[in-house]
Amino acid sequence: MSFRDNPFGEIRLPLLLGAAAAAIVALIIAFAVLMVDRRQTYQTGAYNALRKVSDEVVAPVAGAVAAPVRWAGGVAEGIGGYFFAASENRRLRAELTAAQAWRERAVALAAENARYRALLGLSVDPPVPMVTARAVGESRGPYANTRLINAGSDRGVRVGHPVLSENGLVGRVIGVSPRVSRILMLTDAASRTPVMIQRTRARAILTGDGGWAPELAYLRGRDAARDGDLVLTSGDGGVLPQGITVGRVVRGVDGGWRVRLASDAAPIDFIRVLLFEDFVKLEDLRAMNLPSPPPPPTAILQGIGPPASAGAPAGKPQKAQP
Amino acid sequence: MTAVAHPLRISRWVGAPLAGALLASLLLAAPIRLLGLPLPEPVTLMAPAFAWAMIRPSVSPALALLGGGLALDGLWGTPAGLWALALLAAYLPVLALRNILAGQSTAVLWVWYALSCLIAQSVGWLITVWVAEAAPSLVAAGLQWLSTVLLFPVAALLIEYFRDADVRFR
Repeated sequence: MSFRDNPFGEIRLPLLLGAAAAAIVALIIAFAVLMVDRRQTYQTGAYNALRKVSDEVVAPVAGAVAAPVRWAGGVAEGIGGYFFAASENRRLRAELTAAQAWRERAVALAAENARYRALLGLSVDPPVPMVTARAVGESRGPYANTRLINAGSDRGVRVGHPVLSENGLVGRVIGVSPRVSRILMLTDAASRTPVMIQRTRARAILTGDGGWAPELAYLRGRDAARDGDLVLTSGDGGVLPQGITVGRVVRGVDGGWRVRLASDAAPIDFIRVLLFEDFVKLEDLRAMNLPSPPPPPTAILQGIGPPASAGAPAGKPQKAQP
Repeated sequence: MTAVAHPLRISRWVGAPLAGALLASLLLAAPIRLLGLPLPEPVTLMAPAFAWAMIRPSVSPALALLGGGLALDGLWGTPAGLWALALLAAYLPVLALRNILAGQSTAVLWVWYALSCLIAQSVGWLITVWVAEAAPSLVAAGLQWLSTVLLFPVAALLIEYFRDADVRFR
């Protein structure tokens, strides 16, 4: 029977048009939601109420639903560990032998460093307090690489705090609810992290793209990076403390330098949130943006000579005037 | 043996697949690895989206895709509206072409399903470029597309299950 002969032909077309109209209306609503969400991300400290609520709802549900999967994963890892126990034992023994030599050297260097610091009167950074939490859900797709953790503002977590696993930097906090926080992973397309190559001290911006190895962008200098170089946080901008392990440099298939993340060495289950507050964050931005005071009258300026330091060679300490 | 027609109750042909797809996404969001590899992250809602367009035109799948897409955004942390837009953009062409696609072999439908997944991925990729001002990795997008394409048997199962449910769209 042809389409025209179908006795329901007259009903089919309105139904099809109705469904298409509903889809177009839904499309417009989705676009409006996207625009509202984008507008809110430009506002200071925006992590809108809707996202806070959704995180608060998703986290316990994801935690409960994922429990059997987590258990099954643990069993699978256990079986794998059983079969590879001998080879892993050999590898761990070799690592332990190497680590013992490094430990002795590290102890000696720490003592030497402490002596130098005492001689120079250097003040060292105070230890950063931290909070341990558990990852309850993650997204690892091309458009979002985030993680939900079961620690929020009730435990002192704030937006911008760095997040570490036992192997290295994982990302930073981008959203906080009372009991849940969302972490932006280093691999996310929106992630930008100031880093440096340990060997050359060359600075770069670690730029995520949703893939497994983020790119080293804005890397300058000849021979700035080599395969296997250690990458650390540079601390530039005061967003992260300096010296946190990020990963190792690898050459990407596109020929650019990328970083194999240290945190990828093991599943990111338990993490630590550094409650790190740098001086940059403590600045009073409102005071900095106030209009500058008017210049003093010219008559007063004429009575003041050049500053005492004017013309002094750079780097030479000035003697105090009696 | 003749196939038994299953009635088209919204809870059966829209509600249950929607809930199943979201539950599967929740399960796959568990932060674990199996044999050292992370779990895949397919767009599970693509399978019902394709099947809904093939089974019969209706208002409810569009609303389900809007709600389901927003739920996926909440779960994955993508910009709110990204997956709703991507899923609806993939659903609309299939709905428009359903008269041509009806009665095609499974292999042909699989190819069309892969194309609709490609539309969804392209929309997601473009929105991310616009919002994050950075191009997401094509390899990562390709892997998600591949894992979603492999879900076609679920869509085929739904289409087969509700094949003769509505005689007007047989």
